[in-house]
Amino acid sequence: MSAINREQVAHLAELAHIEMTEEELARVAGELDLIVSSVASVSQAAGPDVPATSHPLPLQNVFREDVVGETLTQEEALSNAPDSQDGKFRVPAILDGE
Amino acid sequence: MSEDVLSFEEAMERFDPVLGFEVHVELNTNTKMFDAAPNTFGDEPNTNITPVSLGLPGVLPVVNGKAVESAIKLGLALNCSIAEKCHFARKNYFYPDTPKNFQTSQYDEPIAFDGQLELELEDGTPFTIEIERAHMEEDAGKLTHVGGATGRIQGAAYSLVDYNRSGVPLIEIVTKPIVGAGSRAPELARVYVAAIREIVKNLGISDARMERGNVRCDANVSLMPKGTTEFGTRSETKNVNSLRAVERAVRFEIQRHAAVLSAGEKIVQETRHWHEDTRSTTSGRPKSDADDYRYFPEPDLVPVVTTEAWIEELRAQLPEPPAQRRKRLKAEWGYSDEEFRDVVNAGVMDEIEQTIATGASPAVARKWWMGEIARLAKQAEVEIVDLPVTPAHVVEVNALIDEGKINDKLAKKVIGFVVEGEGSPSEIVEARGLAVVSDDGALTAAVDDAMAQMPDVVEKIKGGKVQAVGALIGPVMKATRGQADAGRVRQIILEKLGVQG
Repeated sequence: MSAINREQVAHLAELAHIEMTEEELARVAGELDLIVSSVASVSQAAGPDVPATSHPLPLQNVFREDVVGETLTQEEALSNAPDSQDGKFRVPAILDGE
Repeated sequence: MSEDVLSFEEAMERFDPVLGFEVHVELNTNTKMFDAAPNTFGDEPNTNITPVSLGLPGVLPVVNGKAVESAIKLGLALNCSIAEKCHFARKNYFYPDTPKNFQTSQYDEPIAFDGQLELELEDGTPFTIEIERAHMEEDAGKLTHVGGATGRIQGAAYSLVDYNRSGVPLIEIVTKPIVGAGSRAPELARVYVAAIREIVKNLGISDARMERGNVRCDANVSLMPKGTTEFGTRSETKNVNSLRAVERAVRFEIQRHAAVLSAGEKIVQETRHWHEDTRSTTSGRPKSDADDYRYFPEPDLVPVVTTEAWIEELRAQLPEPPAQRRKRLKAEWGYSDEEFRDVVNAGVMDEIEQTIATGASPAVARKWWMGEIARLAKQAEVEIVDLPVTPAHVVEVNALIDEGKINDKLAKKVIGFVVEGEGSPSEIVEARGLAVVSDDGALTAAVDDAMAQMPDVVEKIKGGKVQAVGALIGPVMKATRGQADAGRVRQIILEKLGVQG
């Protein structure tokens, strides 16, 4: 049984606001299925006594002092913005016209 | 879509409400949750920004240690268990308020869980709220919608984003479902949010200013037909940003749900938006696929691990819980239930405590704060604490009275001038020459005048009607423009007439 099917990819694409053609959905479903199945083989190696790993480093409690550091200027912050106005990022209408 | 409402009374006859709250508290740390950008309100847009705040490619977050300690303190104040080990998680969603397309939050491992909070409703009825969890996360950027009606997102042509708030440390406190509040549900909602606000302010971890969004409440409401125990479908009302609004929003949603259910229709599980102007809610987006957040552990952050020693160190730093403090102060001051409630509602408990600590008696402190100062605040249409009167001023005024320099009437004037910024009470008394006239020469002259004008009164007093002396004190006070020491005036009159007081 496939781990990832076409419907799941279509759902993800919708969540991510990515427009995909039928052809792309079919191709990506196949690719993602292969990736997910390959990664799933890890669970065959690790028994139930091995806790899930979210990062490879044996570190904990890496904290920062609560001290203000260097910041970007407004100009720098907006330098990659496709559009801006009044010192703010300008984005297209969020809701579709109703 | 039915927007009818049933009367609250009728709704209560047919249904039992079930509540749930998600309260977001913005911490008052110097910097953001995961980067060293300043956490300050009201600055120029997009200036409290680092590459991490913008979610630029390749950036790495680092956890603010102070924010973690604040979260643990809040967990302890809410009587929660503190996780021995917890992770951060990515909550994925696409919306312009987050530039990285996920919010860094906590998912299945909140830092604090299984707590409870004892509340007291206005009439003293106790109510326990069970806390499900309190977890750490970050705030989102602020959107301004342009081109639609009154800044609403509907019909907007485009939106503007300020990421100054993006990454500000938040703690989200989630309650377990609250049953059994009945018709007290709206009041309970307000009391609960007020208690959270008070706790975080008392802990010193948040500025707790609701008008700035430091404390924000999402209120979940559902109804069960009377006599049943299965929860109904709930709505989640957002944008409820004042205590009064929380109470009204819960009340409105109960009435709206009741109307929908009574008409035989079903409640749509959805987000509702509260509108203060119309005092009603409108439909937001339905709960749907958009809530498929696909949480997964944040690979760029390492776990937070707590030790008993660390937790106990933080516990030792906790201030006295507000409810306990109120009980203690009420007993120490000897105020009646009503007197104490008035003091709390007027927001001057701290002021009175300091006034007493600076040397005034509880009765004197209450007399001034709840009397003349409260009157001046009401007249100016501001909160008492917003007036420039301090506990030290009150103690000084009281000392001037005790020394016989001024009387109560003058003291009220002096406080009025303190409010107007004329300086300290002693300076005002000096500068305006407000001290009572206790100079016997001046008083004797005024007394002689008064007696000469009212020989009949003099005769009465001589005849033993000592209480008639009041009729002479009046003109003397008038002649000295209220600055005479009434006790001394009485004494002089009686001495002159050779009558025992």
